Amino acid sequence: MLLIIVFVPLITALLILIGAPARLTALLGSGATVIAALVAFFLYDPVRAGFQFVSSFPISESWRLQFLLGADGLSLIMLFLAALVLLCAVWFTPPIEKSEPLFYACLLFLASGAIGAFASLDLFFFYAFHELALIPTFLLIGIWGSGNRFAAAWKVTIYLGLGSFVLLLGLILLYRSVPPALRSFDLRALQTAAANGGIAADTQNQIFFLLLIGFGVLISLFPFHTWAPEAYASAPPPAAMLHAGVLKKFGLYGLLRLGLPLVPEGAQHWNTLLIVLLLGNIIYVGLVTIAQKRLDWMLGYSSVMHMGYIFLGIASANIIGLNGAALLMFAHGISIALLFALAGEIRRRTGTLVFSDLGGLGKIMPFAGFAFGIATFAAIGLPGFANFAAEVMVFFGAFRVGADWQSFHIFQIATVLALWGVVISAVYMLRAYRVVFMGAAKPEAFRGWSMAPDLSRTLRLPIILLITATLIVGFFPNTVLRLLRPTFSPPVAASDR
Amino acid sequence: MIPAPSLEIAVLLWGLILLLAESFAGKSDRRGFAIAGIAGLFAVLVASFFLAPPPATAVTGFWSFYAADPLAIFFKRFALVTTILVLIMAIDYAPAIRMGVPGANPHAGLGEFFTLPIFTCAGLMWMASAIDFVMIFVSLELVTMSFYVLVSFTRRNPATLEAGVKYLILSALSTGFLVYGITWIFGVTGQTNLARIGTVLATQDIDRIPLLFGVALVLVGLGFKVAAVPFQIWVPDVYQGAPTPVTAFLSVGSKAAGFVVLLRVLAPVSVFPQVAQLLVGVAALTLIYGNFAALPQSNLKRLLAYSSIAHAGYLLIGVVSFSGAAVAYYLVAYLLMTLLCFAVLIVVGNNSGEQIDDYAGLAKRSPFLAFAMLIGMMSLAGVPFTAGFLGKFFIFDAAIRQHQTFLVVLGVITVGCGFYYYLKVVRAMYWLEPVKAEPVPLSGLSRLTMILLIAAIFVLGIYPQPVLNALNQPTGPNTISMSR
Repeated sequence: MLLIIVFVPLITALLILIGAPARLTALLGSGATVIAALVAFFLYDPVRAGFQFVSSFPISESWRLQFLLGADGLSLIMLFLAALVLLCAVWFTPPIEKSEPLFYACLLFLASGAIGAFASLDLFFFYAFHELALIPTFLLIGIWGSGNRFAAAWKVTIYLGLGSFVLLLGLILLYRSVPPALRSFDLRALQTAAANGGIAADTQNQIFFLLLIGFGVLISLFPFHTWAPEAYASAPPPAAMLHAGVLKKFGLYGLLRLGLPLVPEGAQHWNTLLIVLLLGNIIYVGLVTIAQKRLDWMLGYSSVMHMGYIFLGIASANIIGLNGAALLMFAHGISIALLFALAGEIRRRTGTLVFSDLGGLGKIMPFAGFAFGIATFAAIGLPGFANFAAEVMVFFGAFRVGADWQSFHIFQIATVLALWGVVISAVYMLRAYRVVFMGAAKPEAFRGWSMAPDLSRTLRLPIILLITATLIVGFFPNTVLRLLRPTFSPPVAASDR
Repeated sequence: MIPAPSLEIAVLLWGLILLLAESFAGKSDRRGFAIAGIAGLFAVLVASFFLAPPPATAVTGFWSFYAADPLAIFFKRFALVTTILVLIMAIDYAPAIRMGVPGANPHAGLGEFFTLPIFTCAGLMWMASAIDFVMIFVSLELVTMSFYVLVSFTRRNPATLEAGVKYLILSALSTGFLVYGITWIFGVTGQTNLARIGTVLATQDIDRIPLLFGVALVLVGLGFKVAAVPFQIWVPDVYQGAPTPVTAFLSVGSKAAGFVVLLRVLAPVSVFPQVAQLLVGVAALTLIYGNFAALPQSNLKRLLAYSSIAHAGYLLIGVVSFSGAAVAYYLVAYLLMTLLCFAVLIVVGNNSGEQIDDYAGLAKRSPFLAFAMLIGMMSLAGVPFTAGFLGKFFIFDAAIRQHQTFLVVLGVITVGCGFYYYLKVVRAMYWLEPVKAEPVPLSGLSRLTMILLIAAIFVLGIYPQPVLNALNQPTGPNTISMSR
């Protein structure tokens, strides 16, 4: 099952490079991936603990390296997110003028990097798959990007390249810190070793620090976030959807998958640092977001800011917070993909995303306005959307940590400040909505556009798909949460503070 | 079953036969000599898989200066593969040779250009087996002598002549350092065999200062061969000026041989902490210089020269961490990706030029060549699923095991630089618009070679076991420890 999910996008990309009709093949391939992910979603048995759909192919005996695929609830949710966003990104790709096949191939490579990483149980391939996305990102931004695309492409590639080598050091150290008899790249073996106290406390501190910085750069943890807004603003919208919606979640997934279960003491050791940094994400980047004058930059910064909440859930390390973090990864992936898709369509029509040049689009593009409004509410975290369910859990989880009724500790203070972040995000999201869609219409903005101004029927379908996903999870979070039970209950029983 | 030394003898004889036949060849096409050379080397490569094991106990006579351990066999094959690939490139480069060599015969110089690498190959193969300072010196000289000729081969080109003079003078100087160092070590220990030097150091109480002085001098000599800072000054000019196949040969063959000798020489003297400290310093300088100096380059050949210095830095991390396996694997990866880049460089260089700007829009003109270069650059930068990534992975792993924190941190920072300057080439190929529209002509043999190299980069990037196995065969005497 997982083999299909991992290899269909890869093979589709290769087929397109060889010469298959680009758009059709990409749509079919990503559609098949979504279906396969859905099937896996329903076949997964949440009662049974551990990883399912495991398949392994030995690679190197002396290194105990194997190509090992497997999934639990957390990976399945991420796989489904990746497949869904991939489908929508392909769907939303406007006609490409220069080298269309390469564009779709890059898009599919980008997604298969993320999918492969989410499905790998072997640390080596977990890492390597993610890196598969690096060069396609460089090409996507550099060739088809807009604005200051050259600088943005350099910045994102070097940042992510450096960050992932820091991460690599962390992973090697992790591999080396386990006693030789248990040493393996197999995540399950490492989990067993870690559960039996195989990793010394001070080594745990070093490992978690490297993982935090390495993953942190990939997630755009403050102060390593500066690549993200620029890259997302310059990237072609489908690439921004995939990168912000899916690929960035790789780092969070890594922290949930490796950081907390394997080196819990290290995680505890660096908790204060993480809290300070994530407040940087929420408060500082939040204020920066308010100051933005362009819609694409604002969305880029807002996606950086929302990472702070997910970090808060991870820092809390209890069952409510972690479930909330995982749910928020899914919810944020959907909402930011929706926003970038709509922003891209607006840009195609008006040629600009500067706030002062836009206005009254709600009258000209009613459907886009409606969809953007929904996405805005979802991003702020209004009840009924997946983001609300997730954020509430994150806040409750974080507030509970070390709570006594005498005084507030760092977690309570952080939660209070993070809640103010919700107000900040309401300010900038609603302001953007008002500026772009309300007010006097400016039909002259559409001068270069010959077709109907609103989204065409075919483009409405992926939007409805994404909105449905966020609404279903928002009203019935248990559809997702029930899959997460086996993932988070064992480590949490030990470390629930 | 073939005794190991007959491999070198066969290569040498084949080279002599071809050289002799060439002088009677008149006006016939010289490309046949390259094909014959490739075929002969390939036969030797096949033969290397049917070697008789070396005598188990003999540490006297011939076997006291010649080893046939896995490391030696491995690097003999390495030298053979490198030379075969260089000869294939030389065929593509023939027009440029013709321009650069005076003479009435339309084939003047080509015969020698195709046969001299075979002698270099013999020298490299001996070097891989050398376990005695005398043998090391002699085989090193065989390699260097043939390079003197090859580097300045296109002698109508002033840049090539400059490269030849620089290489000659600095190489001779470094050889002087090497011999001087060997005499100091011999004076202190009374031995030239590396294993016996190790025994003397372990059992007798000898004066350390003169010995370390000798070792330092030997390291100067070898540092020149592997292009380690501060002995790298010749590299950019020589690489840029020399005929491109020779540059490729220098950057892969000469460097690999230097590292094999370095591994062998360091095995007995690694008990002294000063040696390791010295090497850490050299490795750090090499990493910094190579990577940072590569950043502003605009000529691709020169960029690859600096990148070769940078890769010497990563290899030195492996040497300092005493991981022969990591170094050997990295060298294999380096061979594949560097020769791939040079192969593309020759084809495009004949057509457009060697500046990075000449690669603008190559993806539109010749998608295959651009893709090959993309893979080469990705591997050099260290992107996963390529051999170059696994090379860095093994090196960093070895360094973490040996707690070389400083070098690891430096290595990661310089990898970031690498992403910049390697992607500069990718940017030119994919982002920019082409200056010329017509595709770059590519011969069938070169295309096949590039496809094989690309495939090897990916296969070894996912499945490194064949290389690791080749180094872990049952061992003979005089084996250095492959991993600690």
